[in-house]
Amino acid sequence: MLGKKVKSRIFFSTILVVLATITIFITLKSLEENVVYFYSPTDIYKKPQILSSEKIRVGGLVKKNSITKKETSINFIITDLKNEIFVSYKGLLPNLFAEGKGVIAEGKLKDKKYFVANKILAKHDENYMPPEVKDALDKSK
Amino acid sequence: MIKNFFPNKILGLSNKIITNIAWVMILIFIIGIIYSLFISPADYIQGDSARIMYVHVPASFIALGCFAFMGTLSICNLVFKIKFLSLVAKSLAPIGIIFTIISIVTGSLWGKPTWGIWWAWDARLTSMLILLFFYIIYILTWKIFDNFEKANKISSIIAVIGLFNLPVIKYSVDWWNTLHQPSSITLTSAPTIHYTMLIPLLIMLVGFITYSIIMFLIKYKIEVMKFKLNKKRNNK
Repeated sequence: MLGKKVKSRIFFSTILVVLATITIFITLKSLEENVVYFYSPTDIYKKPQILSSEKIRVGGLVKKNSITKKETSINFIITDLKNEIFVSYKGLLPNLFAEGKGVIAEGKLKDKKYFVANKILAKHDENYMPPEVKDALDKSK
Repeated sequence: MIKNFFPNKILGLSNKIITNIAWVMILIFIIGIIYSLFISPADYIQGDSARIMYVHVPASFIALGCFAFMGTLSICNLVFKIKFLSLVAKSLAPIGIIFTIISIVTGSLWGKPTWGIWWAWDARLTSMLILLFFYIIYILTWKIFDNFEKANKISSIIAVIGLFNLPVIKYSVDWWNTLHQPSSITLTSAPTIHYTMLIPLLIMLVGFITYSIIMFLIKYKIEVMKFKLNKKRNNK
């Protein structure tokens, strides 16, 4: 049915595809540290040591009732519901920054529980809904 | 069905059919745009900037879809040496690259008010940029090599290699921590987009797909004509 040439081409293509898959998998696996855009507080807690001079990103949810504003600086807590990290930041906040919402802070670690940010990014989640639905959801809680 | 895509058949395709599909597309777009801009509500947190989604999501879908087709056709082309498959793939490339650019630009426009930055080197955005580069390389190989056989082989290999990037784009938001949010519409669970926003999104998606089909038919017809002309010239 299939010619000899076609058969050999199928054979070699299959080998090529399998090898390419393995290569890409290994590459991505080894690059995981760099592919990750931010660490969660738990990741930071688990890491043996992170240099305080190294610029990193921490992401999670802004803990409810944790935002305190003092003149130009703002302090809040990032939580992943397991571990928490205290963040101090000076500067402009994105519009979507709010309690209970996703956030990514870029900056340097003072120690494992204290993070000095120089940039704040809001992380949006996959939920899209009109305001009325949100109100209804909040009421039924 | 497949027979209609044979080079000889496609030349017989009358422009009237294409015009008719275009009218359908215009109708879909009128409904889609009115729905997405006026009828559908603003998002509870993003406000009106969420409406960028109605262009961004369909554009990304087609950008990935086109390359998936190109890669699959290229595998068949490399294995079975069917020439018209590469012409189909070649005709899909310009559509894919335009929608990749639209996807990146609209994403960037949305990112500034939402995240606070235009661009981030997170896994989803970077892998999408790599897709753009694959499209550029693919199109360039067709332009650089005059010899059809050579261009055919090299571009097919590039498309097959680029195919591996697609699952990385798709699942990057699940595999790693990324700034980009996970998919709102998945096959396995209920969509996390409210239905008042999901309907216009789907209408726009159908509109974009219709547009791509029209562009593809026109482009494919031209490619077949070019191929036949070259063949005639070489025989002389």
